[in-house]
Amino acid sequence: MIWRALMFALCLAAGPTFASSATEAAVAEDPVAEKRLQELSVELRCLVCQNQTIADSNAELAQDLRREIRGMIKEGKTNGEIIDFMVVRYGDFVLYRPPVKGITLLLWGGPIALLLFGIFFLLRYLRRRATRVADEKPLSADEASRADALLKESDPK
Amino acid sequence: MNRYYWILGAFAALVALLTVGLGLNPRDVPSPLVGKPAPAFELPILATPDKTLGPKDMQGKVWLFNVWASWCVSCRQEHPVLVEFSKKSDIPLLGLNYKEVRGDGGFDMSKMPADEEKKLAWQRANKWLAEHGDPYKLTVMDLDGRVGIDYGVYGVPETYVIDKAGVIRMKHTGPITPDVLQKKILPLVAELSK
Repeated sequence: MIWRALMFALCLAAGPTFASSATEAAVAEDPVAEKRLQELSVELRCLVCQNQTIADSNAELAQDLRREIRGMIKEGKTNGEIIDFMVVRYGDFVLYRPPVKGITLLLWGGPIALLLFGIFFLLRYLRRRATRVADEKPLSADEASRADALLKESDPK
Repeated sequence: MNRYYWILGAFAALVALLTVGLGLNPRDVPSPLVGKPAPAFELPILATPDKTLGPKDMQGKVWLFNVWASWCVSCRQEHPVLVEFSKKSDIPLLGLNYKEVRGDGGFDMSKMPADEEKKLAWQRANKWLAEHGDPYKLTVMDLDGRVGIDYGVYGVPETYVIDKAGVIRMKHTGPITPDVLQKKILPLVAELSK
């Protein structure tokens, strides 16, 4: 538990900029590779600090994973291959943009379903209100004079 | 009146959803490795550093693979359970010592030569097992955590159940409690050992 708390503290300590350690700085020579690493690592979730990408996180595991990604970039692997490497090990959970499939249907479809649901009820309400307003008959002459009288009565002047 | 039932129903559904959803452990990430062959490795053995071991050496056996490190606080919690298990059961329990030195966080790794890291890792791991008891048939040493990455390790301790064909059948993240051992691991091991 203490370890996890510590990890959490570490995650918080890492700023929004690319977290990097002294050892990583030595490897970061090739700007093109670094740019690709940046692009890839903002797509991937750090499993220790679950709400951070592995670009943001300074957790040990995130550092290790960045090292692995650097290695793979050097070996000439494509972005797709690198993402696959992560998914095979940690599952779709590592992806900040999970693929659309059976199990993620609620995740992707949920907001749209809620929106349609809302539009349906809004339209139903508006239509009902419109018929209600249309149904209302204007006041008869008798009713109008009574209403006038009442209004005058309540007038403070 | 009808529409109030409607709202009540929707509210009850929301409560049910939150009860289930908030009761789940967000750290329990389903491992995609379950049902897949255990990733291959060759790592040096703690007791015999000049010899290595890999999953292929365990073919034909149902075995448990437990990820641990001396710096891992939760490992202390589960360790007595493992020691007890090893006394009673003849199911082989193998240890994967994960980043013994690097994972500690107290060392400046950029200044530590590889042979010194190795020496320190062996020393620390042996000391820890001498102090807390050694439930492992043997432990392999993953100094840089690469094998850990192949196994999708993200929170030590973690435990894998691997079948006779070398396929991972279960993964447990976090300390093993007597409950988890009795209700989840042992029944599965018994089933797989048939």
